[in-house]
Amino acid sequence: MSNAVTVTKERPPRKKLTARRLKNLILNVLKNPFNMVVLVSLIVLFCLIVIPLLTMIKSTFTLAQGELRRVDGKVGDFTLYYWQYMLMSNMSKAVLWEPLLHSFVCGFFTTLISVPLGSVLAWLMIRTDLPGKKVLGILITVPYMIPSWTKAIAWLAVFRTPTSGANGFLTGMGIPIPDWLAYGPTAIVLCMSMHYYAFSYIQVSGALRSINSELEEMGEIQGANKAQILRYITLPLILPSVLSALVMTVSKSIGTYGVAANLGNRIGYYTLATRMRVYIDQGPRGVGYAMSIVLVGLAALILMSNQRAIGVRKSYATVGGKGGRSTLMPLGAAKKPMMAFLAVFLFLAMVMPFFVLIMETFQITTGAGYGPENLTLYNWIGEAGEAEKYTNYAGIFRNPEFFSALWNTVRLTIITSLITAFCGQFLGYISSRGRGKWYGNLTEQLVFVPYLMSGVAFSTMYFSMFSVPHFGGLIPSLYGTFTLIVLTSVVKHFPFASRSGTANMLSISVELEEAADIAGASFWKRMATIIVPLAKNGFISGLMLVFISIAKELDLIIIMMTPTTRTMSYLAFTYSQEGYAQMSDAISVCVLLFILFCYIFANKVAGADIGKSW
Amino acid sequence: MSRIELKNIDKFYGNNHVLRNINLTIEDGDFMTLLGPSGCGKTTTLRVVSGLEKPQNGIMTIDGVEMINADDAYYAEPSKRGLNLVFQSYALWPHMTVYNNISFGLKIQKMSHDEIDRRVMDSLRMMRIDMYKDRYPTELSGGQQQRVAIARAVASSPKLLLLDEPLSNLDAKLRIDMRSELQRLHKELGTTIIYVTHDQVEALTMSTKIALFKAGELNQVATPMELYNNPIDLEAADFIGNPRINLVPGKAEMKGGQLVVKSELGGHTFAAEYLTNEQKPSSGEFDCVLAVRPEQILISREPVEGALPVTVYASQPAGSETIVTLKAGEDEFLSKEIGQAHYDIDQKVWAIIDQDKINVYNKETTRLIKRAV
Repeated sequence: MSNAVTVTKERPPRKKLTARRLKNLILNVLKNPFNMVVLVSLIVLFCLIVIPLLTMIKSTFTLAQGELRRVDGKVGDFTLYYWQYMLMSNMSKAVLWEPLLHSFVCGFFTTLISVPLGSVLAWLMIRTDLPGKKVLGILITVPYMIPSWTKAIAWLAVFRTPTSGANGFLTGMGIPIPDWLAYGPTAIVLCMSMHYYAFSYIQVSGALRSINSELEEMGEIQGANKAQILRYITLPLILPSVLSALVMTVSKSIGTYGVAANLGNRIGYYTLATRMRVYIDQGPRGVGYAMSIVLVGLAALILMSNQRAIGVRKSYATVGGKGGRSTLMPLGAAKKPMMAFLAVFLFLAMVMPFFVLIMETFQITTGAGYGPENLTLYNWIGEAGEAEKYTNYAGIFRNPEFFSALWNTVRLTIITSLITAFCGQFLGYISSRGRGKWYGNLTEQLVFVPYLMSGVAFSTMYFSMFSVPHFGGLIPSLYGTFTLIVLTSVVKHFPFASRSGTANMLSISVELEEAADIAGASFWKRMATIIVPLAKNGFISGLMLVFISIAKELDLIIIMMTPTTRTMSYLAFTYSQEGYAQMSDAISVCVLLFILFCYIFANKVAGADIGKSW
Repeated sequence: MSRIELKNIDKFYGNNHVLRNINLTIEDGDFMTLLGPSGCGKTTTLRVVSGLEKPQNGIMTIDGVEMINADDAYYAEPSKRGLNLVFQSYALWPHMTVYNNISFGLKIQKMSHDEIDRRVMDSLRMMRIDMYKDRYPTELSGGQQQRVAIARAVASSPKLLLLDEPLSNLDAKLRIDMRSELQRLHKELGTTIIYVTHDQVEALTMSTKIALFKAGELNQVATPMELYNNPIDLEAADFIGNPRINLVPGKAEMKGGQLVVKSELGGHTFAAEYLTNEQKPSSGEFDCVLAVRPEQILISREPVEGALPVTVYASQPAGSETIVTLKAGEDEFLSKEIGQAHYDIDQKVWAIIDQDKINVYNKETTRLIKRAV
């Protein structure tokens, strides 16, 4: 080797700035539309993500009208009142510490149940010779398609006690159900576990699928038995996926609103998310915003600790991706007990609650059995006044509120998912083409921020930002408008949409664009003739996944609901709170059918994989 | 047809200096091959020429027209440089038929419909794939895709054709076919070609000139035979040739303007006219390395005047040629004999080495100090 060449790190030379150079530098930037696109996107992301966050933080330090009688000063003054109220007043136990503890308890136990459950289910489905996997596989993922708040409503249908007005299925059968089981932490934890096990299931089954079975066979050749193979080879390989599912479950379950509100509010059991809504609704709002910041901080902390702990190691989750062939582990004598376990699980988690839920919509009195004297179609098609002793509302198909909610839901999902999916592809294009460059990294980081926030915290932020006009009316007050709901839903789904967009764009080789560049195609021409046709399929499947996710949404939009913008999820939630259980059930069933229909459509028409939707 | 001049090109990725002061002139009609191991900067050079990369330093002209002037931050757009590029991955647009892949660039140039059709069909016929014009790229084999990629690049009649390792994804037999195809193409079109490869056989067989890269720098620019006969340094000598060149350590000394060399190959004296201008000690003994191509070593079974007595260490007949490992003292070297020959292991034979064909390198600088003729 010649010693003349040493590969050293050097800086590119600094050039003298001449007028010609300056002119060309400016022209180089201006003549490339891509730069303009990046610039505009970054500005928009900044306005939609950074500014709202700062605005919310600022509003926790700014005195509002409502507090003037308690605090000296005038509106707009700097104040620590809200933080003091939350952290150090005689109220702070009820405002912050108790709900925080409740959130942690619910999050901890939910994780404790759902992660092992999901992992074991994944292992059974992927690596063993369990019979009937195809059907089981679909059944196991169905609970994930169902919004978590409908699970809470189904739970109430089964366990409701007279404490909240009417009998549930079990109390109706004469089985006394204690309140601690029907409502509160136990109910919340079990309901959330039945939802969030899907995280672990999807993550771990993905990891298991990517493990080459030759790795396990090598262990077998070395003389390890099945338990040893599982312990020393399989488990360490899927550990990163398990951990990341765990973190996701913790951060999601701490911030969940719908389940906690349905099952906790009636007995005064509040978590941070549900307590926060009370303050947003009833004031002082500043306290609600401060709580929301606490929630954001918590989620950020959890996710960052995850990245620190397993960020590097995560890479080997896909090692050995070659393994198309995989040998299944015979369960032998354990097959029957495993089947029984699955059957019981599916019965308890799916069949029974939803049977009860659907049946309840036909009952006159909940929990009074399914005899003909107790069955009615009133809840679906009854006319107002026909059954004054039960309810003030007409059956949902005769209730204009329902159709307004249905229309709002369809409108919201279609508009939002179209916009989101389009933006996702666009942002994905910028992050994929800007990999390792500052603007690519910045885009990815900005887009990731909404992921840190639970739905309620995120919408609180938008609520605080847009409930008053800004910049002298340049951004008008969007309080109570449909636009605000769309905007919130779009931005909240940015992380997920842009991730699917990035994956889609990465699959389109840069060289395909370079070839067009050399052929003389301009940026927009390349977009129209190369990128758009090739991204079409990825776009449609991304669109479908966003669509389903928005159709399920309750947490995100609940704060912004006004009578004209109600969606079906919200209507079901309100009816349930008001004690019209059967009506609430009927709407839940409609939402379920809507989602199932969308999912089947997405799966059949666009080939979308529900496993990629978070 | 065009003449390309690169002057003082420097390219950085972040703080990584990947191209170092590249100076290269490609004459009109040349088939210039950029050769070197992977990561040496040859593809980056090609992308700089094409306009897909912007160097931080240097000037490039095509036919005297400035295309790059880094001082002024001036970079002509790729499509304004009158060139076309064949990617290693072919980069065929999967959603367009073969015909549309080729006509895409012509449509952008707003040619008439008839002209487009004529050009597309001409280039398809030239690459002998006109029967596949309505297929999609995924419906073609690797070799056919390769032909489409080349047809797409030549359809616009570029003055300069750039090829980035175009044969590396083909199997061995197809590669030989495509080599002759590319040579023919070069003759027929008369286009200047810049060709990137790490395969020395491709470089030696097709090029009119080779630029050998080493760690981001140009090591040697020469005709294929000059590069083969007189590699500029030990690394180049080692890189070119298969089986590899024999390197034998020795001692050298300048005596009366002549180079006197001693090694296991015996003693040699080289006249001043064969010596290069490379730096070497003007007096006193210094370490050198002798380099001899295996085919320059002839084996005699009988003693010959001036030949080196050696023993056979191993012999590998391969049908068309026989490679014999010989041992002189502690040093081993290879001889390549055309045809089939049989030698016993440890057989005593005589190696005839034409001293004119020997290269001598200064061990300290690794540079060539005596040329072969």
